Amino acid sequence: MALLHISEPGLAPAPHQRRLAVGIDLGTTHSLVACVQSGVARALEDADGRVLLPSVVHYQAEGPDHTGYEALACMAADPANTIASAKRLMGRALADLDRSAPWPYRLVDRSSQVAIDTVAGVLTPVEVGATLLAALKARAQAALDGDIEGAVITVPAYFDDAQRQATKDAARLAGLDVLRLINEPTAAAIAYGLDRGAEGLYAVYDLGGGTFDLSILQLMRGVFEVRATCGDAALGGDDFDARIADWVIEQCRLGDITLADRRRLLTAARCAKEALSEVDSVPVRVALATTEVALVLSRATFEALTGDLVQRTLAPVRKALRDVRLGVDAIQGVVLVGGATRMPQIRNAVAEFFGRAPLTDLDPDQVVALGAATQADLLVGNRASDGWLLLDVTPLSLGIETMGGLMERIIPRNATIPCARAQEFTTFKDGQTAMSLHVLQGERELVSDCRSLARFTLHGMPPMVAGAARIRVTFQIDADGLLSVAARELSSGVEAEIAVKPSYGLGDDEITRMLADSQQAAAEDMQQRMLREAEVDARRLLDATEAALAEDGEALLAPPERAHLRELMYRLAETLETCGPDDLAELKRATDALNRGSTEFAGRRMDASVRRAMTGQRVSALEGLF
Amino acid sequence: MTVTLTERAAQRVQNFLAKRGKGIGLKLAVKTSGCSGLAYALEFADQAADDDLHFDSHGVTLLVDPKSHAYLDGTVLDFVREGLNEGFKFDNPNAKGACGCGESFAV
Ligand SMILES: Nc1ncnc2c1ncn2[C@@H]1O[C@H](COP(=O)(O)OP(=O)(O)O)[C@@H](O)[C@H]1O
Ligand SMILES: [Mg+2]
Repeated sequence: MALLHISEPGLAPAPHQRRLAVGIDLGTTHSLVACVQSGVARALEDADGRVLLPSVVHYQAEGPDHTGYEALACMAADPANTIASAKRLMGRALADLDRSAPWPYRLVDRSSQVAIDTVAGVLTPVEVGATLLAALKARAQAALDGDIEGAVITVPAYFDDAQRQATKDAARLAGLDVLRLINEPTAAAIAYGLDRGAEGLYAVYDLGGGTFDLSILQLMRGVFEVRATCGDAALGGDDFDARIADWVIEQCRLGDITLADRRRLLTAARCAKEALSEVDSVPVRVALATTEVALVLSRATFEALTGDLVQRTLAPVRKALRDVRLGVDAIQGVVLVGGATRMPQIRNAVAEFFGRAPLTDLDPDQVVALGAATQADLLVGNRASDGWLLLDVTPLSLGIETMGGLMERIIPRNATIPCARAQEFTTFKDGQTAMSLHVLQGERELVSDCRSLARFTLHGMPPMVAGAARIRVTFQIDADGLLSVAARELSSGVEAEIAVKPSYGLGDDEITRMLADSQQAAAEDMQQRMLREAEVDARRLLDATEAALAEDGEALLAPPERAHLRELMYRLAETLETCGPDDLAELKRATDALNRGSTEFAGRRMDASVRRAMTGQRVSALEGLF
Repeated sequence: MTVTLTERAAQRVQNFLAKRGKGIGLKLAVKTSGCSGLAYALEFADQAADDDLHFDSHGVTLLVDPKSHAYLDGTVLDFVREGLNEGFKFDNPNAKGACGCGESFAV
């Protein structure tokens, strides 16, 4: 049985109409899912009460995959089939990879993308990501007791188109509808509500398990622009573990140790490191193959062992500031993200560098997922957005009309802004001296299904044979979300330009609707599902109306009203009988018509039953009621 | 004539209101939805309507419109955890049949 949650005034959903949307942080080391309920974002737990899902999948030749902690437990015994850090491979070609650090599994090339050879066959990072996302989806469905309408998934700000596309593909494979991809630092800033605060520059310092990312965001009119990203793809909490392990080896003069022993040491080191975020010293006890280690590690020693790692994170911070030509005093807030930022030495170093205390109220492991959940809640319309729609990516694709009334995409949906893309077109008539351009927004193929943003004409082209002219059309979105489109005939240099404001023209609802439209058009199975849902709704409504008519029809409705209701029921029943997959709208219309047509009747029934309920109550109790 | 919160529910509501940063209490209502029956609605309240009934329960103001109150009199709102799921649950003495979904009911 579903439990209820508090909605914003006026936004309580009708029964069976709850819109569940989640935020997912698909991390290199850990992943998690969060949701907004009763206005508060919270991370969802698994059956054992754990929020973090280690981003690890263990594949077997036969039998089910394991994910998370279960998979982690297989790491030692079956490293070749236990895939961790698949995020580092997302959307990459074998040639892109840094092979200096060896990968513990067999990487192969599959249609110029990296893939992993396992006992379960050759798997792409997209498939591994999908397995993790499916686990999180199942968790969310159990915790929220319903189907997930859509998800906002976070990606590192530096992810390119291929990596973003791979993430979306993984979501689709997992049966998740991606409402939007947003940048991890942006999500963290949203979780802190910075989007509702003062405009200006914010730094997001994210130290995860194996990666360090520093982003500088600029908030302007509710929109975050990623001004700079810097980082170190080979620096994270794991390096701190390694320092502790090396220290143990030195202290106990262990010399050369086996791989299995090193793994045990690293596990103990990680525990010690995490404990030192809370206490001043910890015992380090590990049973190795031949000896037993029993040491005490103080925080002071740990800090001395890792001081250079802390310093190493500051180099990218300096570089990012240099990139935007700003000093630390221009930064008006610093957000800490990533489990490793729990270490006091990190907090102190960041505070000292920026000359201000970083924001730490929210759990640094969860902050990205919480922000994504907040954004998801907004996108499905559970929250009235005050003012601007939050953007740091284009919400819908932008393009121009081409022959046959088709939309040619130039800037794809979810491209980070600011950005610029160009494409060349040509003429289709001999001697053509002008070309009219129609700027469009939307995900649909047909121009008529997209939103028209602007039209303009490029005049004065030299007459040439059809197909000879080369017209370069450039789309550019600046930091304010302002789109300008320029067309230039390359041989003559004639050009024309127009400015449009695409994102600001659209409200959340409209964007959500347009996305829903396109997804409906794109995915047949989605269509099927919606049709089935609509059929169920229609049947339910028909049954309920039938029952209500039998009970109160005579008493509460005049004969023509009854006839009208019957007519609506008949029409719905008929539509239900005859409708095919393309008749979803028709079915919804008929259902709506009956719903509307019966509302008055339902109201009268309610009044009547209120009256019935009150008969027999003392008069004083009724005073002032009607 | 009352509608009440359990102490646990009141604590949650206070917490949610504090995080939301505004609101005078909780609005409980019963809505009709076509003919499919009656449904509960639970919303944050930023203001009270003139004819709203006010109840105070463990320090939380509950607002109920008179019509809805006819269906909600005697109701206790609890905050429960069922498996992984948590949320509010109506214990309504007026409800005869309830849809398995917990969101709608009949009298
Ligand atoms: N209390 C803690 N103190 C220090 N480090 C911690 C603590 N909790 C988690 N970590 C470290 O955080 C890292 C994982 O960070 P996370 O944000 O989950 O990574 P990612 O973004 O790469 O998925 C690990 O190295 C882990 O040991
Ligand atoms: Mg992370």
